[in-house]
Amino acid sequence: MIGLLEEMTEKALKRNIPLSVQLDLTYRCNERCVHCYLDHNDHGEMTTAEIKHLLKDMAEAGVFILTLSGGEIFLRKDFFEILEYARRELFFCVKLKTNAILIKEQEAARIRDIGVESIQISIYSHRPEIHDAITLVPGSLKRSIDAVRFLKSQGLRVILANVLMVQNAQDYRGVRALADELGVECTLDPTITPMMDGDRGVLSLNVDRGSLKDVFRDKGLVGDVDEFCAIAAPADESVLSSLPCSAGHTTCYVSPYGDVFPCVQFPLPTGNVRKERFIDIWRYSDRMNDVRSIRLKDLTTCTSCTHVSACTRCPGLAYMEGNMRGPSSLDCEKSFAKTGIESANMLAKKQARLNLVQIQGMPAASIAIA
Amino acid sequence: MSRLFLARNPRVAARVLDGEMMIMSGKDSTLFTLNKTATILWQSADGTTPLDEIVEKRICAEFEVGSDEALKDAETLARELAGHEILQISEQPIQQVAKIVETR
Repeated sequence: MIGLLEEMTEKALKRNIPLSVQLDLTYRCNERCVHCYLDHNDHGEMTTAEIKHLLKDMAEAGVFILTLSGGEIFLRKDFFEILEYARRELFFCVKLKTNAILIKEQEAARIRDIGVESIQISIYSHRPEIHDAITLVPGSLKRSIDAVRFLKSQGLRVILANVLMVQNAQDYRGVRALADELGVECTLDPTITPMMDGDRGVLSLNVDRGSLKDVFRDKGLVGDVDEFCAIAAPADESVLSSLPCSAGHTTCYVSPYGDVFPCVQFPLPTGNVRKERFIDIWRYSDRMNDVRSIRLKDLTTCTSCTHVSACTRCPGLAYMEGNMRGPSSLDCEKSFAKTGIESANMLAKKQARLNLVQIQGMPAASIAIA
Repeated sequence: MSRLFLARNPRVAARVLDGEMMIMSGKDSTLFTLNKTATILWQSADGTTPLDEIVEKRICAEFEVGSDEALKDAETLARELAGHEILQISEQPIQQVAKIVETR
């Protein structure tokens, strides 16, 4: 399976095929998660007909893996119509992302009948007082867990998605134990990302260095800790010629308003499917092709960094920081937490702060003489 | 002799990629690539066209093989694909089914 999928991805890369797309059906949501990066007001979602048209275009473009996400996908009254169309008419491999609080027995059975690859459900803690304080919806943990059981009883593949933040930093082991108890998989994401509009206020919810370090040294999570936290081998030419990530190469993201971006975490607008065909945006957008042209050796700062060959640098986070060819500080923090070695970006910032102190320290007379 | 009818299993995911048919099993997400003959069977499996007709019109014409031999091989292949839950087979027409979208 992995071999074939890699082969498929390689082919898609060579033929410039968008193998995998995340389509957010809505930004509306029935939870109000404190760390969420979205504006939940509806600013003109695509209609059912527009989405079906887009899905057909995507299938013709070669999209195979379709992730339907949001917002909360079950808030769309036409959700099952869209899902049925994607599966029965177009044979997409569909993955769902949801908080699942609207999934009862009936919905679970319907999802099973239609057939999806997996359903990813956001669970922030095994403790209701923590989870519900993050979603700001009392009773939400119970409803989500009930839904996991309904889906599981239908034989569906369920994955708990646990985003780590200040509020739940101590709870990831509890969530994993809960996943084991429910007989489902579990993922952990230690990164809170800025709002889509660039507001970085939510970044204060990111866990501190100590907590990140603990997570990366948890054998139950990472397996071989020494290997996971090893200092990267020096980057050779093949590493420097490699792609930063799959965004814009084999994957992209479409918003509920039809805007196409390289990735859900990379809010660089490249076109809108209400004005242009999806495949034309994918193939011919100058911005998409700009993203596509970037190799590791083109990165400012990072090329000279100790961590370059093993860094999880996200080009989208770098873009939101001001330069898609620049560093992503959140990923610098991860490399530091793993190895204890500061990244080139961290050292450069430290140097800049020192320089700033020197300037501020100069007496007025010296400036006048200079 | 009874005729066989083939239908695409609606639980799979499928896409033609670089001329090759990729199928993901709905049962366990196993990924398959189909060879040319299997791809023809998949694309022709509309639930109403009998296998012998598919073989005669699509396979014999494409591969220049005799119809008896081709039908025997195609039936073996169709049963194998059914074993992986990629196709459904029946001696009666099967109600279905979606069109195949070709990649541009």
